[in-house]
Amino acid sequence: MNDCVSVFLTGVGGQGILLASEIISNAAMLSGFDVKTNEVHGMAQRGGTVTALVRYGPKVYSPLICEGNARVLCAFEMAEAIRAAHYLAPGGLAVVNQYRIIPVTVSSGSAVYPENIKETLRKCFPRLCYFDATQKAIEAGTEKAANVVLLGATSVGLDLPEETWLEAIRKTVKPKFLEVNLKAFAAGRAAAQS
Amino acid sequence: MKELLSGNEAIARGVYEAGVRVAVGYPGTPSTEILENVEQYKEHVYCEWSPNEKVAFEVAAGACLTGARSIVTMKHVGLNVAADPLMTLTYVGAVGGIVAIVADDPGMHSSQNEQDSRQYARFAKIPLLEPSDSEEARDFLVAGMDISEKFKTPVILRTTTRISHSRSLVELHERVEHTPQGFKKDPPRFVPIPAWARPMRVRVEERLRAMIPEVSASALNRIEWANKDLGIIACGVAYQYVKEVFPEASVLKLGWPYPYPDDLIRQFAAGVKRLLVVEELDDFLEEHIKALGIACDGKNFVPNIGELSPMALRRIRAKMEGKELPQVLPVEEASKLPPRPPVLCPSCPHRAVFSALGKFDVVVTGDIGCYSLGVAAPLNRMDTILCMGAGISMAHGMKIAGEKKRVVGIVGDSTFFHSGITALLDIGYNKSAPVIIILDNRVTAMTGHQDNPGSGLTLMGEPTHEASIEEFARACGIKRVFTVDPLKYDAFIELLKNSFETPEPTVIISRSPCIVHDHSGLKPALKVDPDVCRTCKLCLKIGCPALEFTEGHVRINNLLCGGCSLCGQICPFDAIS
Repeated sequence: MNDCVSVFLTGVGGQGILLASEIISNAAMLSGFDVKTNEVHGMAQRGGTVTALVRYGPKVYSPLICEGNARVLCAFEMAEAIRAAHYLAPGGLAVVNQYRIIPVTVSSGSAVYPENIKETLRKCFPRLCYFDATQKAIEAGTEKAANVVLLGATSVGLDLPEETWLEAIRKTVKPKFLEVNLKAFAAGRAAAQS
Repeated sequence: MKELLSGNEAIARGVYEAGVRVAVGYPGTPSTEILENVEQYKEHVYCEWSPNEKVAFEVAAGACLTGARSIVTMKHVGLNVAADPLMTLTYVGAVGGIVAIVADDPGMHSSQNEQDSRQYARFAKIPLLEPSDSEEARDFLVAGMDISEKFKTPVILRTTTRISHSRSLVELHERVEHTPQGFKKDPPRFVPIPAWARPMRVRVEERLRAMIPEVSASALNRIEWANKDLGIIACGVAYQYVKEVFPEASVLKLGWPYPYPDDLIRQFAAGVKRLLVVEELDDFLEEHIKALGIACDGKNFVPNIGELSPMALRRIRAKMEGKELPQVLPVEEASKLPPRPPVLCPSCPHRAVFSALGKFDVVVTGDIGCYSLGVAAPLNRMDTILCMGAGISMAHGMKIAGEKKRVVGIVGDSTFFHSGITALLDIGYNKSAPVIIILDNRVTAMTGHQDNPGSGLTLMGEPTHEASIEEFARACGIKRVFTVDPLKYDAFIELLKNSFETPEPTVIISRSPCIVHDHSGLKPALKVDPDVCRTCKLCLKIGCPALEFTEGHVRINNLLCGGCSLCGQICPFDAIS
């Protein structure tokens, strides 16, 4: 799909996906690109799967992407990485949070949460960055910054200058949470580079 | 200065820039954020949540007749509610500009149907504007005001989910004031009694004809000439997909598709070898183009169900070229994943209502709101949904048809104010006896926690009268009116039991605030005592996301649990506290 870069974010309602997509789009905008995003609102946010897309490039038409086109797939919940795996482009980076949210369909006995998910992730994603973002967020100061930790890892798969990422975070998060979010971002970036 | 705005934010910006004075609406995905964002301009623009879309439309119509520029916002099904004032305001016409913003939901992300509201423009014989991104959403709102005033007509600005909820860059402009001149008495113009409505009817047709040359010449419609082997006519978000998937084709982009720009369509069709119409949902353009005697492809390739996407267009392209498109399917393991549908939130008071109803063999007629989720497993406690307010009226209908089981109608507080009051009046008036449960969580929750006539706050943040559901119920003639907290679970079940045994109509107001909106009811997370728990799994039947069953044990996720204690009250062994 032409020369646009696409990022696919997925997770569960309430995990802070929309903030992460806002920071990515701000970073792309600050880098001088045209940007489009798409988000899920409404009924789907009530504990269901939530996705957000960001696309940037010299000129972006569609806010939606084709399967097999995302340069980075960032999953805030590990089973959701597998559900969205076919959106990742060949050679793309998968950032997967080592974090499980059990759906009601599992607790009520009508479905099973997959076992050996790490193996499945390895099989699905040749370029996999799989780590516990919540733990890194706690180390940075608050578990609520797990989304920004994942964003840090995601940034490694994109070609935007680090300074624009930091500026985008400054622009997007509230000043009193800025320091912890900058730390969280750095931790995520380090995790993906190691 | 450019800003990254959603389509809805951009429309709100357009409302500000166009000098709009009055902005009203009723929340509904995907339209809700328009008025939420107009609120930031409240020094310049009066804005309100009306009780429903019909009232909202009439409020905007009244404002427009004083010369004030006004807008009204709604989701597609809201226009059905507002169709009555729409179909006659089209006769009366506009003084100040009036634009009805209608957000369709192809694919039904958050709706009960996927009607194509463009049909209303043709039905009402008024102009239709359809933006393709946020910049156009803002521009078209401003243009819509000019068109409305020039031709003295209401205008429909139609968006879809992907326009409303996608962000793109928008250049901001200053506000241009439009000062209303006040209402000027003119009964033949504003009073459609038959003698005056007949000349109005003629003026509607004259207006439509007068608009046609303007539509073809409008900058909102444009031809992008490229390779002339294939020409594509597209509007709305479909235009973006066309540019992505058919980059070499010539394109006629219609931002003002109705009244149909016949000259422009003929000119474009004459310039290309093959013509394709790409539009979401109905063949709104295609049918007319064919009626003009122009051969084209369209719904023979483009689905009329669900939303389009770049992938859908790639499939269409492959089909047109007689090729096989290799399918990119979800990975094999994805088929084994547990589904993750939306569910009632942890500590949602509605859960207690549905869990309690599960103890009775009754028919439950439901309604539109978060509580629609009561239909899902494991609660399984809703039997019908139709539209706003029908939870009450359909219960009455079943009752008078002689349904042998007790019938329970369910609506939320905002839905009751929207369309439930007249339905309850019908029950009182015509003496039937269903049990009506009004789930009063003090807020319009599903669409993102908007205030409503019961919440004591206006959209502009001013304290106001709290409408009393109890008083409404009594005024409708219902004598048995109870207000209870469903989280006092045993007492709630007892009340249901009594009500089912009584031959009189009963209104139960289940009053407990939405825990996501009002955190004051949050309590510390509960714990399961593993020594006491006998793994009977009764607690798992309430479908709470905070209750997890893993490695043979029931656990409570302390990040999710809000301490509502419903599971503890249900546990026969007192293992949860």
